[in-house]
Amino acid sequence: MVTTTAATDTRRRIVARPAAWLVWGAVIFFFLNLLGVVGSVLVSSFGQRWFDTWFPDGYTTKWYGDAWTEFALLQVITVTLQVSLLVVGLSLLIGVPAAYVLARRSFPGKRAIYLVFLLPILMPPITYGIPLATVLYKFGFAGHLSGVVLANLVPSVPFVILTMTPFIEQIDPRIESAARMCGAGMRSVFLRVLAPLLLPGMLASAILVLVRTVGMFELTFLTAGPDSQTLVVALYYSMSAAGIRAQQSVDAMAVMYTAMMLVLLVIALRYVNPTQLVARVKEEPEP
Amino acid sequence: MTAGAKAFSQLRLQGVSRRFGGHDALRDLDLTIEAGEFVALLGPSGCGKSTALNCLAGLLPLTAGSIWQDERRIDTLPPERRGFGMVFQNYALFPHMSVRANIAFGLRMRRLPKDEIRRRTDEAVRLVRLEDHAGKLPGQLSGGQQQRVAIARAVVLEPSLVLMDEPLSNLDAKLRLEMRTEIRRLHQSLGLTTVYVTHDQEEALSLADRLVVLREGRVQQIGAPEELHTRPANWHVADFMGYRNLWTMRVREAADGTVAVERDGLRLVGVPVGPVAPGDEVIVAVRPEDVRVDQGDATTNAVPAEIEVVEYQGRELAAEAVTAAGSRVHLRTDRRVAPGDPVTLSIDPQRLLVFPGDAAATRPADKAAAVVEEPGLVG
Amino acid sequence: MSVTTPTPAVESAGPPAPARAHWQHRLAERGVDRHLWLLTPALLFVVLLFLYPFFYGLGLSFQPTEGGPFSDYARFFGDAYQRDTIWTTLGLALPAALLNVVASVPIAYRMRGRFRGKRLVTILLVVPITLGTVLTAQGLLNFLGPTGWFNRVLTALHLTDEPIRLVHNYWGVFFSLVITGFPFAFLLVLSYLSGIDPTLERAAATLGAGWWQRFRMITLPLLMPGLATTFCLTFVLAFSVFPSAVLVGNPAGETRVISIAAYQAAYEQYDYPYASAIAMIMGLIELVVIAVVLFARTRFYTGSTGGKG
Ligand SMILES: Nc1ncnc2c1ncn2[C@@H]1O[C@H](COP(=O)(O)OP(=O)(O)O)[C@@H](O)[C@H]1O
Ligand SMILES: [Mg+2]
Repeated sequence: MVTTTAATDTRRRIVARPAAWLVWGAVIFFFLNLLGVVGSVLVSSFGQRWFDTWFPDGYTTKWYGDAWTEFALLQVITVTLQVSLLVVGLSLLIGVPAAYVLARRSFPGKRAIYLVFLLPILMPPITYGIPLATVLYKFGFAGHLSGVVLANLVPSVPFVILTMTPFIEQIDPRIESAARMCGAGMRSVFLRVLAPLLLPGMLASAILVLVRTVGMFELTFLTAGPDSQTLVVALYYSMSAAGIRAQQSVDAMAVMYTAMMLVLLVIALRYVNPTQLVARVKEEPEP
Repeated sequence: MTAGAKAFSQLRLQGVSRRFGGHDALRDLDLTIEAGEFVALLGPSGCGKSTALNCLAGLLPLTAGSIWQDERRIDTLPPERRGFGMVFQNYALFPHMSVRANIAFGLRMRRLPKDEIRRRTDEAVRLVRLEDHAGKLPGQLSGGQQQRVAIARAVVLEPSLVLMDEPLSNLDAKLRLEMRTEIRRLHQSLGLTTVYVTHDQEEALSLADRLVVLREGRVQQIGAPEELHTRPANWHVADFMGYRNLWTMRVREAADGTVAVERDGLRLVGVPVGPVAPGDEVIVAVRPEDVRVDQGDATTNAVPAEIEVVEYQGRELAAEAVTAAGSRVHLRTDRRVAPGDPVTLSIDPQRLLVFPGDAAATRPADKAAAVVEEPGLVG
Repeated sequence: MSVTTPTPAVESAGPPAPARAHWQHRLAERGVDRHLWLLTPALLFVVLLFLYPFFYGLGLSFQPTEGGPFSDYARFFGDAYQRDTIWTTLGLALPAALLNVVASVPIAYRMRGRFRGKRLVTILLVVPITLGTVLTAQGLLNFLGPTGWFNRVLTALHLTDEPIRLVHNYWGVFFSLVITGFPFAFLLVLSYLSGIDPTLERAAATLGAGWWQRFRMITLPLLMPGLATTFCLTFVLAFSVFPSAVLVGNPAGETRVISIAAYQAAYEQYDYPYASAIAMIMGLIELVVIAVVLFARTRFYTGSTGGKG
């Protein structure tokens, strides 16, 4: 037994060596490019003049001040935070109870309801964003903060439901039964037993929704008015109007956006693992 | 803690049934529980014991039937308003609360005054001897300690009825014996009324005043431990109560109190349990300990056989013998037999029970149907 | 003790048993109880903010500003400039999604074990996903532009004499889809791979399978359903490409994707029925691709893969 393991090990090491080099080469190449993409924005935002050379002529921080006043960033960042926090709060309020029912009960029509909740995640935002924006304009929500919040709820609530479901399934239903046998009514079961046990899950899905909402471009873009732009939409507008503004102040704004996202990311990674930021994959057992 | 409040004198289940999809998990359970009684629901895994208990607790809706507490109908009440206590198989302790908070939970739900909660919690902690662990979280306790917390949590409210769903099945053999005594002690000292679910016939026999044997959702027999042990109502109960030898045979003649059966030239005499007539196919049940080996004086029910397998089990040997016609006989003996030994087996006719066979249902194919151990997760 | 009859002992007393259970039990039996109220806010939300707008848009798409109910659809398919956006979008999204998934497999396969720095690698990979397409576009413009670092390196290495055009065309958009899509696909594939019990491969090794046979005959078949799901999710991301197609592509020409067409109809021509029609076409095409992939997925074993995933 010992000898066979050793034998396969050495053979594998010899065979795998070129493959390993290739793989690591590809990864390093990818990261170098990524570094280039992020780095060139960062360097440019601090550069004085940067034409046809490896690095700018000199360095300055004035573009940050320019960007701050030119793009009214204080207001934009305030809006971004308001939108994100409202979306996080509302989607938890709506999503957690629904996730509970969907995780615990089986009732007629459950599969259909589940599918409808998942659809907004499976569809590209533009497809439902355009009809949604049309409706929001019709009722006068679009162009304001409320419209942006409502639009951003559409993918967030399903996301909360999806994230919370495994957390709820982890809790043994007999714990709830035990609470009820101790005389706890529905409210007490939720507030005293489920809520404390679900806190880590709610924290995780809150931070995930926060990151997604700050980064959500399409839906905000389709529903925001001039006073309700979030940072990423403001960045898009300043980029597509390139030429009017100095390229460097757009870069400075991009760096501020990056910094904000990275701060959120660092916070997020304390509570969730990187894969959860991407998607909540759960293989449904095949019928 | 004072003796449990006797909130009722009788609890009646009438035609309680529960279906899952098209499958009857529990069918027409009629049972009257007197205050102060210790009733055990007994049966193999999947027979509907937990279902019955959960229906009684209010955790499962009934498909049919009703539950009465004296003259009050209680099956429409939610579990939190029935005032019963329950101990779950995996204990279901609140993982985020300390031992003390777990036990006090029910008292807090009742909104009792603070000092009363403290007094009664202390008393319960002392009762289950967990004074040194009261501040710990359930995850920091051993299985036996968690078990005791679960019991304390269930009895601290002095419930009119305590329900226990296989509370000992997750413990190791030694602890199981200790906790068994503990549960009986609590039942007596607190004057509780207890309904206890188990698949372990030995546990049920030793604990309960009355046993209810279930099979495939139906009651097979209700009676005192001794009654079930010596006179099972049908061969299924016999199978479950340790009658490992079950043979399908045919009745030759039946006279008052005795019946003669036959198969492949083997003739036996026994006691009929139920209506049997000549020509009927019947099932003959014998406990391994009732099969005697080489007692020369035996004239009736003497069977020549050859020992095939021997298991050492302390003072006794458990052995399997094969008769000339190929039937297998399980037996226990203190003789030192060895595989290959020719022996003469004999069975006291009073200990050989003859049951009517099921019309078309399953038969024991001359082998003892093994009692499958409860996997421990069947809810 | 006398011989007992085998009728199961029956005890009964008190009022006669009702034939059926109480109505509360019958409702609870079907899963209908007070808890279902908890679903109401979410149901209201999904009906008002997703289903209603969707059907409103669907209805609107059949009420064009002029012509019969299908004239907006006819207009889209009749106009080559519009119709070609479908092929442009698929031409970007399918190769990008495929490359992302295919490249992820060998890399994730090598990295699935534990090694030092694994968490760092995964965190670095999350960065581009978190940053999103707008920032990536800005970075690509700087990095891949004619005077950007990428072209400088190529020139310095004498791989090219004059800068290669990599932005404001197909490649710019393609790179942006890879930069955000590859980490996404990689992390998913990695989590599927760690869900496969590694002892399965070891078992195959003891039976004499080489590394390629082990991968080909054990791991890959178990991974296939996960790859199909990953492809779908990556494809959805790539299919809705919008900001990068405008910013690093050539939005009037070779990267005029279908979302640009829909956006222009709505926000430049204010023709909401037409925009809705385009959005419906876009959704339909996406769902067709997903349905095909998911159908292919049903042909693989999709049960437990024995791992911790
Ligand atoms: N929630 C459920 N859904 C479907 N079938 C169930 C459910 N709970 C129990 N059953 C079925 O009902 C029967 C009895 O189950 P149970 O009462 O748990 O048995 P046990 O006697 O082992 O406690 C079993 O056949 C089981 O499969
Ligand atoms: Mg059970």
